[in-house]
Amino acid sequence: MNNNTGFGAWITRPMLITFAILVSLPFWIDSVGLYQYLGVEIVIWMVYALGFNLLLGYTGLPSFGHGAYFGIGAYAFGLSQLHITESIWLGLICAILFAALGGAIVAAFLSHRRGIYYALLTIAFGQVFWFLSIKWHTVTGGEDGLLNIPRPDLNIGFASFSLSSNEALYYFVLALFVVVVIGLWRLVHSPYGTVIKAIKQNEMRTGFIGYNVWLYKWSVFTLSTALAGLAGGMFAMAQESAYPDVMSLHASGFIVMMVLIGGGMVSFWGPVIGAAVYFLARDLLGSATETWLLWYGLMFMAMVMFKPEGIAGAWQGFIKRGDASTDGDKKPVTR
Amino acid sequence: MALFEAQHLHKRFGDRVVLEEINLSFEAGQLSGIMGPNGAGKTTCFNVLTGRYKPDRGKVLFDGQDITGMTPRAIARKGISRSFQIMNLFDDFSVIENVLIAVPQVRDRGFNMTRRVAADVAAMDKAAVVLEQVGLQDKAYENAGSLPYGDRRALEIGVALATEPRLLFLDEPTSGLGIDATARLSELILELKHAYTIVIIEHDMKFLFGLADNIAVIHWGQVITRGTPDELRANKWVQSSNLGKLA
Repeated sequence: MNNNTGFGAWITRPMLITFAILVSLPFWIDSVGLYQYLGVEIVIWMVYALGFNLLLGYTGLPSFGHGAYFGIGAYAFGLSQLHITESIWLGLICAILFAALGGAIVAAFLSHRRGIYYALLTIAFGQVFWFLSIKWHTVTGGEDGLLNIPRPDLNIGFASFSLSSNEALYYFVLALFVVVVIGLWRLVHSPYGTVIKAIKQNEMRTGFIGYNVWLYKWSVFTLSTALAGLAGGMFAMAQESAYPDVMSLHASGFIVMMVLIGGGMVSFWGPVIGAAVYFLARDLLGSATETWLLWYGLMFMAMVMFKPEGIAGAWQGFIKRGDASTDGDKKPVTR
Repeated sequence: MALFEAQHLHKRFGDRVVLEEINLSFEAGQLSGIMGPNGAGKTTCFNVLTGRYKPDRGKVLFDGQDITGMTPRAIARKGISRSFQIMNLFDDFSVIENVLIAVPQVRDRGFNMTRRVAADVAAMDKAAVVLEQVGLQDKAYENAGSLPYGDRRALEIGVALATEPRLLFLDEPTSGLGIDATARLSELILELKHAYTIVIIEHDMKFLFGLADNIAVIHWGQVITRGTPDELRANKWVQSSNLGKLA
């Protein structure tokens, strides 16, 4: 059976393993020669990549301008802290809402397109937002961006925590990551998740059995941009600044590469793996050579040529081979 | 009154007139056929009737209601379902998932983001019934993309059936099937015949003459003649054309 244990359960074993690794990370990351803040960055990008993969891996819609919504989230967080009031929750809610609003408007123009036209439009809109972030000095601070964004204490009603240490910051973004993972896992196994997977495979038939394909494409883009906004908000909180670079075309390209290298097309966990690999490559290759991006790019090309399913796909293949003798119809636990 | 009626349909692509003047009506509970030589406009006619194309002129009525120019989605929701000549399945889904997603209860909960799909027992039962109807119950958890051709044809019909249609259009269901598989498909359609109102486009005349209550012959974008299979066998035009020899 396809729908056996693990399928659609709230919590699964790979989830617990992932959480366990990430929760223990601050205790060993220094001893392997890395540093605490790297964990913060990785987890933020994992959220971003998971949201992006809802669109690319699950619905089959390519966006090459997703940096825009990450950026909107970052600016919304910064502006709310600087001009409204200092509150983490307000900042993150603004980040989500404004990114989703931008996404919803753009998605209205995108959602009756497909294929290359869809992709080109996402680039065009991404560039519009990037351009705005550079030129709208009075709001965005131009090319310098917003600096000295405060990072207030985290208030959870009965208690309040300082997020000034990297460890505290890390556990806060990790908590949000856990919520996002559980929510998305549920979503992709819900009726909604099934419909978006159907659209990826056969958009026309999905319409002919009575689904409003436009509305699903619109809503999934908006959801995905909301998560990009959340990640952008967390990034501004972590960096204590927001700047246009994250909205550029090449930054939007990185998220696509991360998701593909990780294996987002075949696995829920692809984006999580991809984000970790990207930052480890940046730091480990980057410490050895200034041209680390060249090597990362070559790795991406090799992946596309020899293992287009990405790292998660290679792992699934490995598991399947090991399982074949024992239980023929058991699927890899990851999806 | 007929369940489904097409009046004076006209459709052109550029300066090529494909449908000149199509008048059709299908009675509830009957199995109707549309036949005609290749390029006669059968598939275009089907596409206009099921909302894929808008007609340039003319009207399509379902249950007395004008559905001309409605989207495929709106037409599907009214209870008109279709299968495709060129296979049109969800290849990465299992057989049962293909059927499940077409079940109306599932469709109505399409925006539910928290419920488990497999937990919907009523919908799963409904999907299982459809799989039994089309004879794929033993292959429910196989991947649709890896099924043999004949099974894919049957699943194509299963997906259309799962929408609980009041009217079922089948576009060249025997296309690409061998003799054995065509015979099995005949049996399947005979079983469905009394439960559904069915319209079949075919160029396999033997197949159609064995199943249909009445048949419309389309040529040059017009309905040339229509009648029961026996009437058509006696029809001079049909006799003189290739169609007659095959029947």
